[in-house]
Amino acid sequence: MLKKYLFLLILIACLMVAMSCNKGVPPEALKLNKKSLEQRQLQTRIYDTDNEEKVLNACVGVIQDLGFNIKDTSSKLGVLVGTKKRDATKASQVVAAAFAAALTGQATPVDDEQKMKISIVTNYMSKGKERIKVRVTFQRLVWNTRGNITKREFLDNPEIYQEFYSKLSKSLFLEAHKI
Amino acid sequence: MRIKSLVLLFAFSLVITGCASTQERLLDSEQSQVKLRSIQTRTYDTTDKEKLLRSALSTLQDLNFVIDKADYTIGTITAKKLNNYALVMTVTVMPKGEKQLKVRANAQYQSKPVADPQPYQNFFTSLEKAKFLEEHDVQ
Repeated sequence: MLKKYLFLLILIACLMVAMSCNKGVPPEALKLNKKSLEQRQLQTRIYDTDNEEKVLNACVGVIQDLGFNIKDTSSKLGVLVGTKKRDATKASQVVAAAFAAALTGQATPVDDEQKMKISIVTNYMSKGKERIKVRVTFQRLVWNTRGNITKREFLDNPEIYQEFYSKLSKSLFLEAHKI
Repeated sequence: MRIKSLVLLFAFSLVITGCASTQERLLDSEQSQVKLRSIQTRTYDTTDKEKLLRSALSTLQDLNFVIDKADYTIGTITAKKLNNYALVMTVTVMPKGEKQLKVRANAQYQSKPVADPQPYQNFFTSLEKAKFLEEHDVQ
């Protein structure tokens, strides 16, 4: 009887492994939702200028101020991409891991390194060409001490965006308008 | 009886795991080229390549993608979405005849190509919405 159950369990496990292979894109991944507009507002500012090149130059300056290196640019499409690698060690995680190690005698991996990406897209507002909108987005990948990825995330803390635009406004000598 | 079921289980597992050799994945040729192109492509009645590329950029940003690369001349954009998973998408805009542009998108989810039509359908619906918003300056 027990063996029969074991056999069934293994069979189910095998099926689950096989099915997880076929798992596709989450249905909501490529659909716009209610949060899309909110995020667009958080990530976008409008500047009263008709000089996209000047805005892009100012953005490059801010990207460098933030310690990123430029990875790709397209002046024709108003795109700037920057990346940086930084330490991702969290004191609390290290302490917890040390306790866990003392109790179990096994080392627990902790977050070690992160790669952060900034991407800026500028565009003219479609009516007339006297205003330019800037939209910035950030994401990061975190690796642990065993070299496995522990976090793949979009960064949507409003403070990041406020700080970014306050720096950009200073470097452009222009006031930013929210949308 | 026990040995028999174990052998069966082993055979079953082999069938399940016996996918193509890993090298064959280079050309991913199990899918029909024509079918793939048709689910990944849409045609638009415009010749403004720059505007269409900019709409694609803004759509990808609306969908929480972060842009990786963009090139006007070749008409390509590559962007990545990280949300506990990694979804990479390349969008290309190319002329089709004299009066139209075709947009093709191809996606990779985790480490697999996306061949299911639905995600592409969703993407193009989002692109059309973004195009509409851009044209009417609705924010």
